[in-house]
Amino acid sequence: MKKEIIPSILLSFICIILLSGIYPAIVWGIAQITPNKGEGIVIKEKGGRHFYENIGQNFSDDKYFWSRPSAVNYNAAGSGGSNKGPDNPEYLLLVQARIDSFMTHNPGVNRKDIPSDMVTASGSGLDPHISVEGAMVQVKRIAKVRSLDENRVSELVRAHIDAPMYGMGPKRINVLTLNLALDNIIAH
Amino acid sequence: MNPQILGVVVMFVATLLLAVPLGKYIAKVYSGQKVWTDLVFGRAERLLFKTSRIDTTREMTWKQSLTALLTLNVIWFLWAMFCLLNQAWLPMNPDHNPGMTPDLAWNTAISFLVNCNLQDYSGETGVSYFSQVFALMFLQFVSAATGLAAAAVVFNALKDRTTTQLGNFYNYFLKSCTRILLPLCLLIATIHLFEGTPMTFKGMDTVTSLQGDTMHVSRGPVAAFVAIKHVGTNGGGFFGANSAHPFENPTYLSNIVQMIAQILLPFAMVFAFGFYANKKRLAWVFWGVMTTGFLILVVPTIIAEVHGNPYIAQMGIAQPGGNMEGKEIRFGAVASAFWSIATTVISTGSVNAMHDSFMPVSGMNMLLGMMINSFYGGVGVGFLNFFIYVILAVFIGGLMVGRTPEFGGKKIEAKEMKIAMIIALFHPFLILAGTAVASYLAAHDANMGWWFADAAGKHNASGWLNNPSHHGFSEMLYQYTSSSANNGSGFEGLTDNNPFWNISTGIVLLFSRFLPIIGPVAIAGLIAQKKFIPTSSGTLKTDTGTFGLLVFAVKIIIAALAFFPALALGPIAEWMKMH
Repeated sequence: MKKEIIPSILLSFICIILLSGIYPAIVWGIAQITPNKGEGIVIKEKGGRHFYENIGQNFSDDKYFWSRPSAVNYNAAGSGGSNKGPDNPEYLLLVQARIDSFMTHNPGVNRKDIPSDMVTASGSGLDPHISVEGAMVQVKRIAKVRSLDENRVSELVRAHIDAPMYGMGPKRINVLTLNLALDNIIAH
Repeated sequence: MNPQILGVVVMFVATLLLAVPLGKYIAKVYSGQKVWTDLVFGRAERLLFKTSRIDTTREMTWKQSLTALLTLNVIWFLWAMFCLLNQAWLPMNPDHNPGMTPDLAWNTAISFLVNCNLQDYSGETGVSYFSQVFALMFLQFVSAATGLAAAAVVFNALKDRTTTQLGNFYNYFLKSCTRILLPLCLLIATIHLFEGTPMTFKGMDTVTSLQGDTMHVSRGPVAAFVAIKHVGTNGGGFFGANSAHPFENPTYLSNIVQMIAQILLPFAMVFAFGFYANKKRLAWVFWGVMTTGFLILVVPTIIAEVHGNPYIAQMGIAQPGGNMEGKEIRFGAVASAFWSIATTVISTGSVNAMHDSFMPVSGMNMLLGMMINSFYGGVGVGFLNFFIYVILAVFIGGLMVGRTPEFGGKKIEAKEMKIAMIIALFHPFLILAGTAVASYLAAHDANMGWWFADAAGKHNASGWLNNPSHHGFSEMLYQYTSSSANNGSGFEGLTDNNPFWNISTGIVLLFSRFLPIIGPVAIAGLIAQKKFIPTSSGTLKTDTGTFGLLVFAVKIIIAALAFFPALALGPIAEWMKMH
């Protein structure tokens, strides 16, 4: 073992420089020539506010499309899911309560039209998306609260569907960009 | 075809198409043939070796190779411990995260050293950028390279000749970093930059949400980290939510790239063996056995997740996306289910959905993937684990047909068999003994004193469970299985950042990493010294479907006999309760 100690220390030192110094520096350099400059995809508003397109936000106000429930309450200083097992009685009561609350806020909605993603927490707690069904089921409420035509709102939803990439993966709707568009309708 | 199913089929086929040429390239790198990367790295490597006073022409025996391997690992462990304990005052800590407690630093340093990445901390609050880059990311590279280099020693030993000279370990190691891991990582990191993954050294950002709430957004040098996390089958996330986090895995495309990145090297190493030792048919037999096992696990998991939770169905709502608890909309149930099995049969352990909230069938299949631990397996070490089963199958097959067991023209004798048996049985022993102790404590609600305290400060052992009943048992079983398989994923509901879990899983990690490296390298070294016997009509052929079936049967028998009782108490009982 003695014979290997000095070369091993030297080799480790060199690897630290190469792998923890040079490699991230190159990636950082490449980041500077990408559209986002390695800062994540930022949406800048005229009012000076900025949002991250990929980081979901908490929408609980009736005038906005709601996001999914979150185990970290959309505080992106952390992240994580509920980690509740599928047969945990406490968890099932919570889901039931979310369904009831959803029904109260969306009168006239059929229970069987509520998709499960609107009453289950995502893995990251920061999911920026909801399913198409999850948006459609909220159209009635949005139209009523904002005094808009229902067709106009569902048209807006359809325009915000991200189609599967090259025919792969699920359809989805970014809640933040949809709600920004919704606010713009009012402004005009 | 259903767009979600199409997505996973494309991932799998693309990986295979890339893995064969990559395997050929890897074989050339290890045998020292000319490759195109010589132009980029050749001169730099010679300089690095000269500075380190390493003569790469010095051939090493299997014992010398292992000595070098262990010496390097001891040095890296000490370095990581230093970083993690002192990160509070070291540079690059914009969010002012505190230093780790000794038991957490012990667990974290070991679990990254052994390519497991169990992560009893959360990336946002538990580590500084310095620790992320200089300790954890560094270990992600070198632990992967260690596995690759050990596999290269075994490849060399399995050539048709008699020798004790198995190449230079340092040479295999550094070339694994420069020729294989680094180029792949640069490519994958770049794709992630374009998809929206951050690569910044700025600290947390403060954002006012559209609704008017103040929220903090953690950032960091994620793109560089996420690349090696998958290429090296490490799986340790930059953020707490791992690849479910929308910065760490922003799009369906980035999800495909990460999935391919993690299966690519485990595939390629099988083919690299075929090209290197000139046993291409045998390599395809191995790959076929692995793929059969993978498909048997992945198909029911996808079905279970798409089908959704029967209890939620009873509530009268729709489950168009399947079981969505703990899953992200942008990946959907199919890609999440596919990932959960890929990440457990390989030793990655990264997650893009929370495994604790999967259906019981899925949970069982993840556990089985880690219990068998060689349907592909981690970079390098997956092949080593598989090799152990091959030795067992050769021996059993030899006995069945009444011939002396031989592999690659070398006799398999008592010494090799003893080593193989110890390695094969140690894995269930570590898992079951650990789970037994933990469940005993939880069942008796033991007072754990210094060893454990929950969020409320209570010392009752049952406090570490996030779910009651069978699922709670599965949480403990999963933690030890994940540790012993060096996987690193978890049923994350378990409260694991406390001395009991940190220390006990740390010990399991050490044993379960180094014994399965030492064992196969020793067997291969012993075999290499033996006289080469040319193939005759008396030889048990190993490159046939029959032999593949035998290897598969040996795996199933060992796993079924060892683990069925534990699985019956956990996921199987849970499934029966739900249906």
